[in-house]
Amino acid sequence: MIEVQEITKQYGEKVVLDKVGLQFHKGKVTSLIGSNGAGKSTLLSVISRLLSQDGGVVMVDEKNVTEYKNRMLAQRLSILKQSNHVRLKLTVRELVSFGRFPYSQDKLTKEDMMKVDRAIDFLNLRAIEHAYIDELSGGQKQRAYMAMVVAQDTEYILLDEPLNNLDMKHSVQTMKMMRQLADELGKTIIVVLHDINFASHYSDYIVALKDGKVIYHDTTDNIIREDVLKDVFGVRVKICEFDHKRICNYF
Amino acid sequence: MPAFCFYNEGGCLRALILTIVLLALAFVSLFVGVGDLSVSLIALSRVPRTAALILAGVGMSISGIIMQQMTQNKFVSPTTAGTLEAAKMGLLIFLIFTPGAGMTLKMLSAFLFTFLASMIFLAIVRKIRHRNVIFVPLVGLMFGGIIGSISTFFAVQLNIVQDTNAWMMGDFSGILQGRYELIYLTLPAILITYLYASRFTLVGMGEDFSRNLGLNYSAIMNIGLFCVSLTVSSVVITAGAIPFLGLIVPNVVSIIFGDNLKKTLPLVALTGAIFLLVCDIIGRVVIYPYEVPIGVTVSIIGSVVFLFLLLWKKR
Amino acid sequence: MEKKINIRRNLWIALLLMMASGALFLFYNLGSSWEFALRLRGFKVVAILVVAGCVAFSSVAFQTLTNNRILTPSIMGFESLYLLIQTVIVYLYSDQTYRVLSSIDNFLVSVAGMIGFSFLLYLLIYKKGKDNLYLLLLVGIILGTLFSSLSSFMQLLIDPNDFFIVQGKMFATFNKINNKLLWPSLVVMTATLLIGFRMTRYLDVLALGRDQAINLGLDYNRVVKIFLVIIAVLVSVSTALVGPITFLGLLVTNLTYELFRTHKHHLLIAACIMVSATALLIGQFLMERVFNLSIPLSAIINMVGGFYFIYLLLRVKKL
Repeated sequence: MIEVQEITKQYGEKVVLDKVGLQFHKGKVTSLIGSNGAGKSTLLSVISRLLSQDGGVVMVDEKNVTEYKNRMLAQRLSILKQSNHVRLKLTVRELVSFGRFPYSQDKLTKEDMMKVDRAIDFLNLRAIEHAYIDELSGGQKQRAYMAMVVAQDTEYILLDEPLNNLDMKHSVQTMKMMRQLADELGKTIIVVLHDINFASHYSDYIVALKDGKVIYHDTTDNIIREDVLKDVFGVRVKICEFDHKRICNYF
Repeated sequence: MPAFCFYNEGGCLRALILTIVLLALAFVSLFVGVGDLSVSLIALSRVPRTAALILAGVGMSISGIIMQQMTQNKFVSPTTAGTLEAAKMGLLIFLIFTPGAGMTLKMLSAFLFTFLASMIFLAIVRKIRHRNVIFVPLVGLMFGGIIGSISTFFAVQLNIVQDTNAWMMGDFSGILQGRYELIYLTLPAILITYLYASRFTLVGMGEDFSRNLGLNYSAIMNIGLFCVSLTVSSVVITAGAIPFLGLIVPNVVSIIFGDNLKKTLPLVALTGAIFLLVCDIIGRVVIYPYEVPIGVTVSIIGSVVFLFLLLWKKR
Repeated sequence: MEKKINIRRNLWIALLLMMASGALFLFYNLGSSWEFALRLRGFKVVAILVVAGCVAFSSVAFQTLTNNRILTPSIMGFESLYLLIQTVIVYLYSDQTYRVLSSIDNFLVSVAGMIGFSFLLYLLIYKKGKDNLYLLLLVGIILGTLFSSLSSFMQLLIDPNDFFIVQGKMFATFNKINNKLLWPSLVVMTATLLIGFRMTRYLDVLALGRDQAINLGLDYNRVVKIFLVIIAVLVSVSTALVGPITFLGLLVTNLTYELFRTHKHHLLIAACIMVSATALLIGQFLMERVFNLSIPLSAIINMVGGFYFIYLLLRVKKL
């Protein structure tokens, strides 16, 4: 289980995270929502040690992340951020193979190869596994990076705005894939989402942040309510039920 | 000078104070140092020297601010964009191909090279604008290093490495009446910059933004290039390279007074002149009766101030 | 799979070319006093290999760390510090320089100075908690500018006759290498490269960017610091041995990237070493035996590298 306690992060005078405490449910998809600047991505970066916090601790399986060896932590927790503008001449398969780096460094074993193959199939990349990533479309590139995370085969997967720059079709594909990871492979997923309807549709739990504080943390059904969302975003939202899922209308 | 009082009242007061400081320093600069202070000496060497210092200070700091607007990057200046090196190359090429020819040709050669180098640099910046802010001056310094190494190659062949280094060392001690007048070429550049101040502010907000407001973007860019090249080349020919001035003066002023050129341009100009006069006076007294060339004083003080800005600036 | 064979093949070709140019350099027109000539040329070949090893590893590693292809570590103030040290020495001892300070002493002082400088620089940046590599570079370059202006000032004070001693140090040359310096340099370079080559797999990951490297379990700051130290040692050794060749790194790395399209750094660096050595051997051969030029090779390399850099900047669509 991932647990954060009293996480604080400041940029100069501005407090971005203010004593955030949370426990994430194992094997479930938890979405982080909130307005711009609420601290969602910062929280994700702190949990994944890309950013160091000013105060508080992050616990992964009851152990402080600072006590983990980097390599061991990379076998339990992975993060996918959006800024992947690498201009390397790297094929999809080579990129996905890097997912096995925490386990075998650059000497891949049979088992590693198997996991790489599985990840490639899982994301339907077989046809383009030898293509160079800098020649792929945005959606394909996103899938290639996702496959790397799948090959990394960590218990916890953190995704930072995975739908950015994706069209409708690829957004839905990505979300379905994320669901599959949780339901079929039992992964714990924490995802930052901007679109409240994607959060409503695909997550089990939702954490709402506002001004660096957690203001709600509950099951999706308890968060997707008109009064709660008004409180989170400061916008009036109308909720309709459709196919047993709640859709928010905020126009 | 206080004609810019039009713009706003607070700025007017500050500008007035700075003008008084400047005049006081100019007075000190006239009389500090060696020699019998006869009227003829003052007219022949001291007045030209002080005038050249003020013009170079104003010109270099204003060039810096224009370049920063054109590239939308606070770290760009003649020092960090290869401009000074290009002027040096111009001088060298002049020396190789037309050694006997006069000042005009020398000036033209330096001007052409600075113009060309600035154009190339702008083209490069366009490609990297959206990357890390610090990456741009890095590439600029690299670019300058390259131009420098090409010049050095020729200098080695002609056996004039020490001489070229000596020209490029900013130094006002050799300035005499009749040998410094080229520096007045900075005046038109300064004037144009004043007239176009608001336009340069808009250019600093980006191409799309300024086009949207009906600005002729490329025309303003060309005018900017012209002003910068004219200023830098005439200063380099008269006094040598004066590094860092165009980098630190605009940055210090911008931290204190903001980025509206209409308001800050006079302050940048005055601060630049004051800074240069102070450096000159320090250089003249510190190992009296000898002089430290101003290029060294400016470079040392300038690099320390710049490092300070880089490392201690609040993010 | 076909690609791998291609890289292997290219590596073999590069190796053969290097050997061939080495042989050409050693045996072409040996003349009657061949023992002496061979010995002299042998030293040069070793020096070229040392420089090739230093420049290739440090440049490739540096470009991967900073995620670009147009910077080289030598701009970070190392070379201007080296020249400042040389200028100060000549300023202090003028024409007695060579008598007072043996070349070994000079070498040690220079290497110690440059490595000490880099440590100070790293300390300064990391102490401030700003682990921004570009900032590190910029601070290094600015300090470099400071050193250069100090040296140009001192050079004004130096007697023009003594200035030639300094000028001799301003350009890398393989013509007057001190044999006593060769072996220590070779040992330091080999040892550093041995350590470095064991870490090349980290470079493969670092090439994916900081965030990915951390995600894949790299202790980013520590690894970067280790590489920075390796780079500092290599650049210092090469500079103190032959003098500054600022843009050699730029030229050879980009040539290597073009010829060997691989992301595997152990191959890339090995290839780059061979490319550098070949370029230096052929360059030196042409300068010495064919054109009989007195211009230092490095001045030409800097010029060619310079034009290539500008071409690179203008050609690439996005940097």
